[in-house]
Amino acid sequence: MNSSRRKFLKSAVTLAGATIGYTWLKSSQVFLYAAEPKDESLPWYGIVIDISKCIGCGNCAKACKSENDVPVEPFFFRTWVEQYTVRNDGTVDIVSPNGGIDGFQQRVPSEDIFKSFFVPKMCNHCAKSPCIQVCPVGATYDSPEGVVLVDEKYCIGCRYCVQACPYGCRFIHPVKKVANKCTLCYHRLKKDLAPACMEVCPTGARMYGNLRDKNSDLVKFLKEHTTQVLRPNLNTGSKLYYNALSSEVK
Amino acid sequence: MKPYIPPQIPRLALAFAIFISLFILLRNFLVPDTFGQYGHYRGASLIDNAQNEIHYAGQKACFECHQDIQDLKAQDVHSDIHCETCHGPGQKHVISGEAGDIIKPSGRAFCGNCHEVNAAKQKTVVFQVDLNKHNVGKNCIECHNPHQPWEMKK
Amino acid sequence: MDPHYQHLYNILANSQGYIFPNEIDLQWGILIVVYPFITGLVAGAFILASLERVFNVKILKSTYQIALLTALSFLLVATMPLISHLSQPQRAYEIMITPHSSSAMAIFGFVYLWYLMVVLLLEIWFDYRHSMVVWSNEKKGVMKWVYKILTLGVNDISPRTLKWDRKLGYIITVIGIPSAFILHGYVGFIFGSIKANPWWSTPLMPIIFLFSAMVSGISMVMLIYMVINYIRKKAIEVNVLDSIGKFLFFVLILDFTLEGLDQIQRIYEAEESFEIIKLLVSGKLYLTLFVSQGLIGTLIPLITLAFLQFYKGKIKLRKTLYFILGIMVLIGVYSMRWNVVIGGQLFSKSFSGFTSFKVGLIGLDGTLMAAFWIILPFGILAFLLWLLPPWKMIEEEE
Repeated sequence: MNSSRRKFLKSAVTLAGATIGYTWLKSSQVFLYAAEPKDESLPWYGIVIDISKCIGCGNCAKACKSENDVPVEPFFFRTWVEQYTVRNDGTVDIVSPNGGIDGFQQRVPSEDIFKSFFVPKMCNHCAKSPCIQVCPVGATYDSPEGVVLVDEKYCIGCRYCVQACPYGCRFIHPVKKVANKCTLCYHRLKKDLAPACMEVCPTGARMYGNLRDKNSDLVKFLKEHTTQVLRPNLNTGSKLYYNALSSEVK
Repeated sequence: MKPYIPPQIPRLALAFAIFISLFILLRNFLVPDTFGQYGHYRGASLIDNAQNEIHYAGQKACFECHQDIQDLKAQDVHSDIHCETCHGPGQKHVISGEAGDIIKPSGRAFCGNCHEVNAAKQKTVVFQVDLNKHNVGKNCIECHNPHQPWEMKK
Repeated sequence: MDPHYQHLYNILANSQGYIFPNEIDLQWGILIVVYPFITGLVAGAFILASLERVFNVKILKSTYQIALLTALSFLLVATMPLISHLSQPQRAYEIMITPHSSSAMAIFGFVYLWYLMVVLLLEIWFDYRHSMVVWSNEKKGVMKWVYKILTLGVNDISPRTLKWDRKLGYIITVIGIPSAFILHGYVGFIFGSIKANPWWSTPLMPIIFLFSAMVSGISMVMLIYMVINYIRKKAIEVNVLDSIGKFLFFVLILDFTLEGLDQIQRIYEAEESFEIIKLLVSGKLYLTLFVSQGLIGTLIPLITLAFLQFYKGKIKLRKTLYFILGIMVLIGVYSMRWNVVIGGQLFSKSFSGFTSFKVGLIGLDGTLMAAFWIILPFGILAFLLWLLPPWKMIEEEE
């Protein structure tokens, strides 16, 4: 083969390789995983939890376990409630006995309490979810509605997602032996029913809705209140907004 | 004259080509059909997740039969509380008409879950009593109709 | 009660402060401590072998094949702790067919395959091909066919072709060095890229893993060299040990500096997670961090090796020292893996409490299983040394 033909071949192969490499890199989201809500006709779900309304009854955590087939032992929770007690001396007590399912007893005498409140926790259904980013096989994903779900038939149980979630929402189901977490009751959302935890909350502390709908109660609430997400410094794109979130909350 | 190609290279190239082809072939059989439909996941999983069993029917379903309770509840402070908050998951009951998982709660501890005094509960959100002092020994529903709590029975 | 739940109730009783309810059980156990330990040995042994080949460190020639075969033995076992740790191991193949490109763990399958086939196996093949052709002609029966298959039918041993063996082997070694870095560096990246865990999340993590891997690999090859020569009743050449010891010394300094830098920076910046990490390090991790990793694994070997650079002393004493140092360094590197993996999971992501960890003995995630995966490579090495004995290789004319 003469040298000019060899040169041509070399440059052609390099060009082809570079083009393929570029298109693959661009499409494969090699670095940051960020959900792109593709279908405009579907809702893009967000959640609001109003801490000023939570009374720590624990109905949400109890209903979630019934609705979603989660074992009753105190080690697996798709959602749970924490109680924060800030004492006058500045120390903070945090408790969550059985995830709050059995309610809370006041353990610190009232005269020592500076302030005290309940914080329900659940999956934040992050738009830039670190748990989806790290799943090695594609067993956890963002549904087109923005709900982070687990494919129980595909999960290999490597537990990388459990490590990556900054909010402690994930666990390995002891019977199914795959990753498990709050699904925003996806099976209920598809039938226009509210998630179980929101159905049974007596004070309306939990809300869900379509972030795309400017007229939805959720978006109106976000407009009229000062809300925050947990761990904003980690840039998870959390879609769970807390009203009246105090700085002690982790 | 043919250029010298060391014999290792074509033999190794063949070995690798066979291996890679086998891998690609195997992959075609193993990757699930719906994978990649909407993203890097099995599209059929959306259907799996949507088909889980419903346990809580939602308040509207209760009202279809229990219109009277709906009217009663709407007049008093428990109006915003959904039925299944206290009565448990109702889907089985809606479908079969049998009791299913419905419970008729009773006992001070049950009401105390919400109403027991606790510094963390906002007084403007829930009315609280100290159950150690308030009518000790009596069941709450002896005096309070849970669907119309301020209408005392006695 | 289900023994697993009983175990969890015990841990719940032993937890301190507040932990998120789901954090009660450690997700990654002793097998995930063993896995980076094993791949670290692979990377380290390979780098040592490459020193001889690429940088022409002649004195290490006698350890070249030993290092390569050690790397191969450990690499063959490397996937096993991972697979036996999965809660759905029968689905492990999914990582090869639908790897998620944003996940560091997903590249494992391909990096592993690349390293195994393109780097290690090829390098060993190029190095042994001449000898394997000769052995296939000399041996009879089954072994004749075994060697014939291993040569892939390339029977040409003319000087021209042998020269190509060396050339191609050299190229593979050069490719192999960054490949070894990626093979073990990605494990560090798996931990270092988890922003949710401040004990893990640092850009230094892949580099720290890599340097401690090199330290462990060099020590392991040194120990194996001594053991093999002892078994074969051959002389353990002290200048070989001195040479390996010198590389160990320099890499250990770098490793110590990097790990020290990570901690110093963390203490200085004292950001949100610092309070809980301070409690972790002074409490649950005290023994494994300061005593096992710091003192036994790093400081004492460093000081001894520094001493040995200047004052050689009696040969027998030096050999014994190297042997003991090798073991100490390996204990230190294993402790480092333990401190990273287990330490990172002992404190809650709420930064307000600790859970506890008790390693089970039996079961797929137990100590016996971990010990098995560590011991198995030695068995494989013994087999490889029988199949491809370095001391029976055909000497090349230079």
